[in-house]
Order: sequence, then structure tokens, then C-alpha cells
Amino acid sequence: MNKPLLEVKNLKTEFRLSQGTVHAVNGVSFTIGEGEVLGIVGESGCGKSVTALSLMRLIESPGRIVDGQVLFYDRDRIVDLAALPLHEMERIRGNKISMIFQDPMTSLNPVLTIGYQLTEPLKQHRSMSEDQARKTAIQLLDRVGIPEAAVRMNDYPHQFSGGMRQRVMVAMAAACQPRLLIADEPTTALDVTIQAQIIDLINELKEETGTSVIIITHDLGVIAGIADQVAVMYAGHIIEKSPVREIFSAPRHPYTQALIGSIPRLRYWPDRLTTIEGAPPNLMTEITGCPFHPRCPVRIQRCEAERPPFIESTPGHACACWVNA
Amino acid sequence: MSDILVQTNDLVKSFPIRRGFFGQRRYRLVAVDRVNLAIRRGETLGLVGESGCGKSTLGLTIMRLYEPTSGAVWFNGQDMAQLSGKELQKHRRQMQMIFQDPLASLDPRMTVEEILREPLMIHGIGSEQEQILEVNRLLNVTGMPADAALRFPTEFSGGQQQRIGIARALALEPKLLICDEPVSALDVSVQAQILNLLRDLQDRFELTYLFISHNIAVTAFMSRRIGVMYLGQLVEIGPSKEIVMQPLHPYTQALIKAVPEPEPELKRLKRSLLGEIPSPIDRPTGCPFHPRCPIAQERCKVEQPALRELGPDHSVACHLA
Repeated sequence: MNKPLLEVKNLKTEFRLSQGTVHAVNGVSFTIGEGEVLGIVGESGCGKSVTALSLMRLIESPGRIVDGQVLFYDRDRIVDLAALPLHEMERIRGNKISMIFQDPMTSLNPVLTIGYQLTEPLKQHRSMSEDQARKTAIQLLDRVGIPEAAVRMNDYPHQFSGGMRQRVMVAMAAACQPRLLIADEPTTALDVTIQAQIIDLINELKEETGTSVIIITHDLGVIAGIADQVAVMYAGHIIEKSPVREIFSAPRHPYTQALIGSIPRLRYWPDRLTTIEGAPPNLMTEITGCPFHPRCPVRIQRCEAERPPFIESTPGHACACWVNA
Repeated sequence: MSDILVQTNDLVKSFPIRRGFFGQRRYRLVAVDRVNLAIRRGETLGLVGESGCGKSTLGLTIMRLYEPTSGAVWFNGQDMAQLSGKELQKHRRQMQMIFQDPLASLDPRMTVEEILREPLMIHGIGSEQEQILEVNRLLNVTGMPADAALRFPTEFSGGQQQRIGIARALALEPKLLICDEPVSALDVSVQAQILNLLRDLQDRFELTYLFISHNIAVTAFMSRRIGVMYLGQLVEIGPSKEIVMQPLHPYTQALIKAVPEPEPELKRLKRSLLGEIPSPIDRPTGCPFHPRCPIAQERCKVEQPALRELGPDHSVACHLA
């Protein structure tokens, strides 16, 4: 592994509601090295997006980070993002760590021009003059493939198509040359040909700037196209982590195996797809044993009582399972 | 009895729209443009394409939920436009539809039993006792617990809601089921359950499916044949394996290449198609795909290619294929 850039240790984020506490992220640990791409994959409610928002300190009440560390290896110091005062976090967010969301409209201001929204962070974080910032912004738009970039600077977000907006988001995220880019379902709302364009763009950005990327998605196909490492989440836990090839060729956790068997593939025609019986557990209740055991086809008695440890049994490939580890 | 259940002849559906202040500028949005296709009894015909390509409008026009602008839909040997009143109702109940968002199509104030009985009551089928028995049978064949009958749609997960939608569609024992993005809103493990269920039901009740989806891998799993749409037109139609393995239209080729496949070996292949889909209001002349086509020639800009049969059961609308 390359020099570490971000080390997450036992991260726990919960939401305190009147009906009870939702343990959305329940002790997640991972490390991402410089220039690496980590994919976090899982189904709705597994905690993948809450993990990303926690890293960015964008969790809003009634949610809060209750435990764990998020160590960010800045050039000359190590900071714990989970404990950083919010005003200091603001200097990191959008500058050293940027984020792209599924719906660009949630992060673009509809009443400000694209040009304004692109130049503002450059002036703030990189102390550029108006002129410099404008030039850089045009270069960025041009780089992400917006035709007639100089003219489009004066346009408002609604004047762009969904794919173009996501390109603008990539340009904004890249503006301050962040060391880490977090992309939360960046292609989910897009058509498949446009989706491929955005994935190519993120790949190119990574190659050119050496930025590390965390990509969060439910789509194993997107993971295969972009990630070096994959973490599979289930019920607030990472249950398997491995290099991208191995997660497809030799998945270990029964959940990962079922997940891979359940996706129809283009050039492979099975009679039936693998299904997973039942539903994920309620995250408001205390989960004993392995969170997957009620749905697991290979469970043994031990799985009901004891939480399986996360064991790295071959280099780089770790899994939390009593049976298949 | 012919082996063709549904046939469309030069089917067109367009919508008038007004733009600008006071709606002074008028346009026609041609959502479905002269589509000719046939769905055979007992098969699944897949229909793929990106947003705005007209695949859903085509489904709705076949259902006659939209009145065709021109052209015809033949169902079971009958020109649907010639039918009215009782005859139309009789034919229409043989085609049913399931939708992407099951909750939006289920009345939240009705219990599952009321939802499933409603079509039976409208068509006056069976006594109350028989209808309740039928509800139980429908819940059973769609894999729902019997006690679901007295609960409300919002009490169920997305996958179960889609099962309720399927049960309702089956209540009138249709011949044709139009599935419009039936699994797009579901998680992959639940998606697999619904796809398996649809295949089981097809075998069991000899159903014919028109399966509409933006996801080609899902469509290929479900369908024997696939039609590809672009800007309202059918640009290619053929056996699923050929469409996936040897696509002939440049758009189909680009679409297949763009699918993010769970095969890391294919990683880092540059595979993007340039440009975006033009607006269906302001459509290109000639071949609708020519502005994005990597092999377009002068001819493609002026002359619209017709669908030609290039192999057994495999037709393409491209001058250069």
C-alpha cells in the first residue's frame, strides 16, 4: 500500500430519534493510501453514505459521530477530522477533501452562475485574484469537457443537462486540487452512456493529479471500472475488504457472494439469479452475532451469538465471517 | 391462431407543446416515431434505451393509455382502434402493466385486499367469497404472506410493494404484461427476487412480456429478443445474444460498451460515447444518431435509414451496417 492518506478507526455514527437510536455506522475502519481508489459498496441503508458524510463532518442533528477517529495525513501533520473544530474543518472541506453527490442540484446554488460558484472557492482557498480565478475556472470547465467554457461561465445550473452538471461538479471538486475526492453515487442518476463519460473523467482526474478517491455506490459494475480496493458494507459494518479483482473472482463473505450472484451480467445467462432471503436488520435494535446471520445460507450456531472478527487471511483481503474467513 | 400477440404498424405518438411567453412558440415532441414491432406469444421482448428515447411512451401507447397520433396497434389479431366500449374493455383487460415505482401506483388508503379485488369488482368477476379466495391465490403466487391482505401498501418494503403491483396486474389473467422499469428502484438483491419471480410467472401462466428498461444486462437476462430505441425510433431489434455479442448499430455498440460491467479486467478501457442525446423537440435530420455517431457519413445527415433485416430475425436502421 502507498503512504496512508486517510485512516478511519472504529467510526460510529448514530441518529437519535424519538423512536430510538439508529446505529447507521457501527465501527467502521479502513485506510486509503495516496493515489488510491477505494470503492465502498452496499445496498440501501448499509451506512455507506453516512460514512462518507461523517468523514466530511456533514452529519446534521439528530445524527452525530459518537466514536472513532478519522486521521487525515496532511502534508506535515496528522489531524483527526472527527474531533476537529468545525471552523477548521471548513478549511479542509472543498480544499483538501472534496465531495461529489448523486444529485448535482443539491450542491449547486440555482441562483448563482456556474462561473461564480467555481471562482469562489479558488479565491477563498487558494487566494487567487478575480482574474486568475476566472482563468482557472475556464480551464477547469474546458478540462471536464464543457464546450465553450468561457461563455458557459455566465450560465445558471438549470441551463446545463444532468451530465453536464455532474461535469461541473467534478470541475468544482477538482478546483483546489484536493488530496482526497469523495464521490457519493456520482453516476446513479445518469444515463449509461453519460455515466461512462463521468467515470472516465474521474479516472483521468485521478491519473493527472494523483488524488485519492473514495467512491460510494450500489453498483458493482461502477466499482469494477474504477476502484483499486473494495469495501463491502452491510448493516453499518464493513464485512469484507479486498483488492478489486479478488472481490469478483474470489468473494469470501456469503453476503458478498450473494450480492455478486444477484446482478445480471451482460455476457452470462444463468437460469436464475442468486437471491438473499429476508431483509437487512433493523438498525435500531441491538444486533448480536454476525449482522448477516438471519439471512445467511451457511450460518452455524456461533454466528448467532458472537460477532465474527475482521480477519485478513491473505494479504489485502479481509473478511468478517466465522465460516468463510 | 397467429403466433404474434401484439403488432405495431408505423406507430407514432407525438405531443404538442408550447414554449416561450404566453406559449407563443409551438412545437411537436415526437416521442414515438413510426415504430414497427411484433411481440410473439409467450416471449419476452426487451426494450432498451436511455431517458427520453420513447420506450415508456411506446409501452403506454400499446396499452392505449395514450391515444396513438397515427399508425396502429394490433392485439390478438384485432386492430385496437376499431374497438370501443365493451369490446375494448374486454381486450384491454388482457394487457396489464407494472411500473417502476410500485407505491405511486398503489392507493395508500386501500388495503392490499381491496387493491387486488378492485379489478375483479370493476369487471364483475366472481362473488365476494370467490374474490377473496382469488386474492389469497394472487398473494400466494407472488410470494406474499397471506396476512398481507389486511395491511396497507406502505407497511411493505419496496420489493414487496412491487409483488403487490404484480399480483394486481395478474388479477384479470392477462395475456400481455408490460413491465416498465419494474426493478429500477430496487436494491440488487431484491431486484434479483423480482426478476426470478417474473420468469417463474411467465412459465406458469404462459404470459407474454414487453420488458422496458434502461439496464441492458437486466433486459438481456429477461428477454429472448431486444429492441433498441433512440430518439423515438427503433434502431435495432434482434435476438438478445446477438444484440449483446454482435451489435450492428453504432448506437447499440456504444450502449453495450458503456455498461459498467462487474469485470475488473475490462477496467480503464476508454469507452465513452461523445456528446449527449439531442432534444426530441429539435431532432437531427437524417439518421437521429448521426451527430454522435463515430462513423457517420454525409448520407447519414440527410437520409433517414430504414429498418432492414440483415440476419435471421435481426434488423438494423443504419446505412452503414
